[in-house]
Amino acid sequence: MIPAIVVFLYLGVVLYIGIFAFRRARGKSSAEDYFLAGRSLGPAVFLFSLFGANMTAFSILGASGHAFANGIVTFGLMASSSALVIPLALFVIGTRLWSLGKRHGFMTPVQMFRDRWECGHIGTVIFAVQAVLLVPYIVIAVMGGGTTLRTISGGMIPFWLGGAIVSLVVMGYVFFGGMRGTAWVNTFQSILFLMFGAVAVAVIAAGMGGFRTAMESLLAAPSTAPLLSRERVSPWYFLSYTFIPLSSIAFPHIGIFCLTARKLTHFRKTIVLYPICMLAIWLPSVFLGVVANQATTVPAIKAKVEARAQLASQGAQLSPAERDRLRGQAAGDDVILRLLEGYAPLWLASLLGASVMAAVMASDSQILALSTMFTEDVFAFYGGKARFGEAIQVQTGRLFIVIFTLVAYVIALRLPQSIFDLATQYSFAGFSSLAPLLVAALFWKGSTRWGALASTLWTAMAVLSIAVLQSTVPAPPPGTVVSVLSIAGAQAVTRVTTGTLVFGLLPVVPMTIMSALLMVIVSKLTGATRPGKETLARYFSKEGL
Amino acid sequence: MWLPDNVPPMRWLGILIVAVFYALHQDFWFWKSARPLVFGFLPIGLFYHVVYMLASAAVLWFLVRFFWPSHLDK
Repeated sequence: MIPAIVVFLYLGVVLYIGIFAFRRARGKSSAEDYFLAGRSLGPAVFLFSLFGANMTAFSILGASGHAFANGIVTFGLMASSSALVIPLALFVIGTRLWSLGKRHGFMTPVQMFRDRWECGHIGTVIFAVQAVLLVPYIVIAVMGGGTTLRTISGGMIPFWLGGAIVSLVVMGYVFFGGMRGTAWVNTFQSILFLMFGAVAVAVIAAGMGGFRTAMESLLAAPSTAPLLSRERVSPWYFLSYTFIPLSSIAFPHIGIFCLTARKLTHFRKTIVLYPICMLAIWLPSVFLGVVANQATTVPAIKAKVEARAQLASQGAQLSPAERDRLRGQAAGDDVILRLLEGYAPLWLASLLGASVMAAVMASDSQILALSTMFTEDVFAFYGGKARFGEAIQVQTGRLFIVIFTLVAYVIALRLPQSIFDLATQYSFAGFSSLAPLLVAALFWKGSTRWGALASTLWTAMAVLSIAVLQSTVPAPPPGTVVSVLSIAGAQAVTRVTTGTLVFGLLPVVPMTIMSALLMVIVSKLTGATRPGKETLARYFSKEGL
Repeated sequence: MWLPDNVPPMRWLGILIVAVFYALHQDFWFWKSARPLVFGFLPIGLFYHVVYMLASAAVLWFLVRFFWPSHLDK
């Protein structure tokens, strides 16, 4: 019960932060103040809130679960590539977004696209695709909240109530605090993450009698030794993962966060310290996930290891339903939680509960981004702001937050999680595929709105195709491959246990390359529709960017 | 086409550094080996990527120090 009390204290604190931000903003009713914190975030809050917005439940829970099943390769696949690509994107693209936002008052990436390519409805199409790709994250967060509260309370709080509590708290501080409240909560959450990692490693190491013995034991067993190298993964597959972090800057909530810094120089510390912050969170998550394979004295972990072994040895003979059941049993998303149950004192398990809540509540900035996009890209663009005024626009944004949270909650109760797991898996690829839009808008004079539309429609079609493919072709047993499409004898599209591959690469690679090609080809073909000189001067002259 | 017409030579240096560093992420030389275990418990492939992340911070500091787009602040 103590962990549940600590989690409720944590929820109370974050709600209070939102209300405190609301009080601080009293008298300021502008949309810019509510949605962008008046472009006034200082260097520390900017760093931690931007970092926190990027750290979702996946960073702590999913990373350790992936490492539990796949070993140290998780770190190279997801952490070290992001540590270079994400801050680099902030350096090259984020700083320019900030500058354009400051000069021209943009509050969303779509506003910049509309201005840059002199388009209206194409901007609406980009908005729609961005919104559809973002929604699953918010639904997953509601589900995560429900599951976490149910686990932490030992089943006393049912899923529906846990989801409702988490939704209400997130809605509360986003509703009241807007961007200021969300940024402060993210800062608080990031500090919690950063403190948790090192403490968890130290306590679990002590509980397991040190990691040296655990590592030697893992290396000695043929079934676990491959977890400590990357022999199970092809170099091409490894390389294709470096395309995933391109999604970060294309996520609307990250693009919008770039507009909140008070000064351009605030980006400097964020860019340099970003890899260090990632290291502080991902190394403990991945390392503990790997080490968990040796913690078979913990009954829940032993059951996972056995389920995985059964899947590997008998997978081909099992029915798809039985395979899915075993896969669910072997899933390692809660291994850190189980390790702490086995080796940590109650106080640390309680703090972990709060950290896990922080992770699953990372949807706050995404809800706020959707609200900002709706009020700016739709409500204001189609005349609402001019007709009703800015105060009503802000109230519309707040109303949107309430309605959207309710809808997400109802969806979370009615639909199975697997649908949204699938959607989030490929929305990273979708946003990576939208990254060429930003590059073309900011760095290529010759790009046109039709090129942007082609890239956007391609992205939507590709994500939808993969979702349909994975829904219709069940995942094969580990180590086997189902050929879906062959070209000239070569396996072009294959279904594997973890998803879909195109020529052995993650779909994100062809999606992003094709998106960039379409931008170039269609822009060349529609060169006559390039924006006027005045518009281009805002982006490409000495006085412009 | 993708870069402004008047790309200064220094900017090419920045692009080259980033390209080399990006390539260094693909460390095929530690692909199949877990040993040596650095500090007795960190597999070499994991240790390499920890160092890579620390080096990323150094590279980014270099870029921020010498290629900062201060003109955007005007």
